[in-house]
Amino acid sequence: MAIIEVRGLGKSFRVADKQPGLGGTLRHFFARRLKDIPAVRDVSFSIEPGEVVGFLGANGAGKTTTLKMLTGLIEPSAGAVEVAGFRPFRRQASFLRTITLVMGQKQQLIWDLPPLDSLRVNAAVYGIPEPEARRRIEELAEMLELGEELRRPVRKLSLGQRMKAELLAALLHRPSVLFLDEPTLGLDVNAQVRVREFLADYNRRTGATVLLTSHYMGDITALCQRVLLIHQGRLFYDGSLQELTQRLAPYREVCCDLAAPYPPEAFAGFGELESLTGQRLRLLVSREQLTATISRLLSSFPVLDLEVNDPPVEEIIGRLFREGAVG
Amino acid sequence: MGRYLRSLGAFWSSSLAMELEYPLNALIELLSVLGNLAGSVVVLALFYGRGHDLGGWSWDEALVVLGVYTLLDGFTSTLLQPNLGAIVNHVRTGSLDFVLLKPIDSQFWLSARSFSPWGLPGVLAGLALIWLAARRAGASPSLPTLLGTGLLLVCSALILYSLWFVLAATSIWFVKVWNATEVLRSTLVAGRFPVSAYPPALRTLFTLVLPVAFLTTVPAEAILGRTTLPWVLASLGMALLSLALSRALWRYALRYYTSASS
Repeated sequence: MAIIEVRGLGKSFRVADKQPGLGGTLRHFFARRLKDIPAVRDVSFSIEPGEVVGFLGANGAGKTTTLKMLTGLIEPSAGAVEVAGFRPFRRQASFLRTITLVMGQKQQLIWDLPPLDSLRVNAAVYGIPEPEARRRIEELAEMLELGEELRRPVRKLSLGQRMKAELLAALLHRPSVLFLDEPTLGLDVNAQVRVREFLADYNRRTGATVLLTSHYMGDITALCQRVLLIHQGRLFYDGSLQELTQRLAPYREVCCDLAAPYPPEAFAGFGELESLTGQRLRLLVSREQLTATISRLLSSFPVLDLEVNDPPVEEIIGRLFREGAVG
Repeated sequence: MGRYLRSLGAFWSSSLAMELEYPLNALIELLSVLGNLAGSVVVLALFYGRGHDLGGWSWDEALVVLGVYTLLDGFTSTLLQPNLGAIVNHVRTGSLDFVLLKPIDSQFWLSARSFSPWGLPGVLAGLALIWLAARRAGASPSLPTLLGTGLLLVCSALILYSLWFVLAATSIWFVKVWNATEVLRSTLVAGRFPVSAYPPALRTLFTLVLPVAFLTTVPAEAILGRTTLPWVLASLGMALLSLALSRALWRYALRYYTSASS
């Protein structure tokens, strides 16, 4: 029995259509023209309990809108959604106790107080008895490696510590369905890894279902066996991560700082030139030729610094659509 | 019910902790309450000093009205301003999302989440002024009169709350409605003086459209022992009606909430 069931989901927003400039502003003030912009169109998928699913798409593809419909924040314009047997938009208390939403760019912790104060509020609101809340805080804090940070005002925490405290606050009521919108946004690599490990651990221990969006391919590869790819509001790919990476993974991104400027032609035969700004070079190199290309780069050019990355999700997705690999 | 009470306790103790992070703010708020009160007393004193009277109200009776106003203003600073003033920001920044996802009534959360102790001096000053001025005006209120006055004060607080909440709720559509709540707060200032002191046209406006009369004049008349049952009933009806209206409007507004984009 699927825990998340989405059929023909659609959402369009009515937005103001304003021309730029003073004339446009005046016209807009007196005669507001509105138009409907479809944000999500005919999306269907289902997720089984305990699955960790990555939700990919460029900015504005419709990821957040879909998450908001799944959590019941906004009402779908079309189609049907069911999460844990509930219709989300009715926002029944028993539904809200089952789910949680973590947003990397918004925070629920009280800025001026230590996280423990916010946790007390959450415990009261969810009706968790105090001894039980203490036990859960202790357990989650240990998993998240949080200690005295919980007693320091949130504004004095680092971004990584704050995100971990946000996760603690979002999980205090032991939700079985987790919606995570960019949970590692802006974190450094270490903090990203720790958040990932925690999420994997939490999923293993509790069997919770996780739907996660991220700009970092690393999050997706570390956590998700399955991905949903959304583009311009439509679902373009639903399947195993392996199959998707087989199409994408041939590429790695090689970034170098060179000691002297070179013309773009100099890099013909070193993979695909992604950008060359000043002495900073970015190349996309197929995985099989990675080591060979790097050693040739090092021997042919005065390289000051070199790093190899997964290309950003945006890049991968852009490539996917350019090549017509999906759709 | 128990969960709501416990939540209220957690809400207010965390607000208190938060306010105490900024002690200078406390001092400023206290000074502003005292300054406002002194200013109003001076205006009244100037008025009566020249032998005028205010719509048939004696100096002491007018002070009772001022007391009710001060009490309401303190209530505003303690609860309405910190909570309802924050709704616009919740909508603008999208943090309303977190409120809507809590298994607790969202109107309750938005109306009771914060508590600012700095309005309490106003509340106390208002109560003291009502009591002293009423005694000097020759009233010796019986227990039923006191209870009735208490009820009417609760009604006026509810009316004020509901009006403000309705205005704040419209931010779901219009996003920025700070101006509208400013208008409300300045209209309330009209309640510093008995409603009969105003010209007939304004008097009608203040009774029927903007219920300033119910906010201050009606409770003041009650403690002076001059109110009549129809006014009490009207006040009660007004309070229940506006509360129901605020609730209905909030539910309706939430259907239009689109949440700020990420």
